[in-house]
Amino acid sequence: MGKALNPAYKLYHPRWYRPRMPIFWWLRTLPYVKFIVRELTSFAVAYAAILLVIQAQALGQGEEAYGRFSSWLQSPPVVWFHFVVLLVVLFHTVTWLNLAPKALVVHVKGRRLPDVVVLLSHYAAWLVVSGLIAWRLLG
Amino acid sequence: MPETVQLQVYRYRPESDPEPSWDTFEVPLHSEWMILDALNYIKDQLDGSLSYRWACRMGVCGSCGMIVNGKPVLTCATYVESLLPGPIRVEPLQGFPVIRDLVGDITDFLDKLTRVKPWIVRAEEKPLADGEYLQTPEQLTEYKQYSMCINCMLCYSACPIYALDPEFIGPAAIALAQRYNMDSRDEADQERMDVLSQHDGIWACTFVGECSAVCPKNVDPAGAIQRYKVTATADWFKSLLLPWAKR
Amino acid sequence: MFSGGGMISAMFLPALIFLMWVAHPLGWIDVASYDQLAGWVSNPLVRLVLFGFITLFLFHWAHRFRYTLYDGLQLYHLNELIAVITYGLATVLTLVTAYVLWGI
Repeated sequence: MGKALNPAYKLYHPRWYRPRMPIFWWLRTLPYVKFIVRELTSFAVAYAAILLVIQAQALGQGEEAYGRFSSWLQSPPVVWFHFVVLLVVLFHTVTWLNLAPKALVVHVKGRRLPDVVVLLSHYAAWLVVSGLIAWRLLG
Repeated sequence: MPETVQLQVYRYRPESDPEPSWDTFEVPLHSEWMILDALNYIKDQLDGSLSYRWACRMGVCGSCGMIVNGKPVLTCATYVESLLPGPIRVEPLQGFPVIRDLVGDITDFLDKLTRVKPWIVRAEEKPLADGEYLQTPEQLTEYKQYSMCINCMLCYSACPIYALDPEFIGPAAIALAQRYNMDSRDEADQERMDVLSQHDGIWACTFVGECSAVCPKNVDPAGAIQRYKVTATADWFKSLLLPWAKR
Repeated sequence: MFSGGGMISAMFLPALIFLMWVAHPLGWIDVASYDQLAGWVSNPLVRLVLFGFITLFLFHWAHRFRYTLYDGLQLYHLNELIAVITYGLATVLTLVTAYVLWGI
């Protein structure tokens, strides 16, 4: 066989090459990027949670406090920011609901419910919930 | 149509190379050739030292999985023409240590597969004289999709979690565990639950979904894993609320 | 908790955000008056449900972000620290929420 050119090579004990994943592995393919963006939508959920608490507190503190909160809501940069938050939350909703049929396999009388039925019932539920919210909230 | 196409092939010769490198080959362009045919041409005519795995050349053995132009595919099922104009990059599957050239070490996968007990387990076997275990077509449909797995490991290559955390048990192993869990003849769901419901089992999966996207047999391992998450969670609640129930 | 938070946020948040924080501030629609909203918020059952939702949202974020940091930036050696920071922050915010909602 002769002398090996690679000093790390031991006869009959070759060195497997183990590549490291780069730090920006998630930028390498579009599916990976979409995955990370999808995961980061959780920030919009946390933000909404916190703002809901602040809004509830303002409501509890009286009309003047709530008035200040409402004015803040109306300032243009805040409206723009919330528009972006809305888009992010919509992305969360759509990606979440689209994946629901993968996790929820329902059997009715021994037959598996088709994925599209599970999907459409989730979207229908979303519509119903949104409708209820609109009905209760609209003045 | 041009006469030839360029293939850039990943090379690693452990006895002489401290690092991998790329070799470029000019391969004739035939409309009916797969990437595997191009690799065979290279080995026959241009460089006999090129190492790679293949066997059935028709998409059922799972041997020839490699990454072609960034995507994990079966090289026997990918037309060269579909990747024109080239150059076409061919490299080994991601997540497995490279033994040589395009050959990865899949021992880890085989260990994990064994761990999930991919065979029918019964508390008591029926004696042969009693005949076969009967199964209705509906019962077959329950697990048939997951039985299509050819162990090609394209899903492991596509899964970023497996590349980042080699302890992760991986998509195919879980899909095959499900294939047996859902088989009416099998009785080992609890044993598999102990293996799967671990931090490096199903819970390491973050549902990227790429595994199902690249699977050549539509096994949908991502679906299998999410369903198992639901099963495992329900089981956990049951054990919490009804600890005395025999599971 | 992660999937509960995910499902409920998916169903409830788009309409809430659109109506209360985009359409209403822009004057496109009128929402319920201060008195009505304050009335709802003072209802203990409403506050309980709100608390439940918010807890789920916070833990949904914590779980998801923890894994994103762990896998996305390959911070395995900081696994315990990340878990403490994310779940810890969610717990703290949950307690704050309880305190605020209790005091209304």
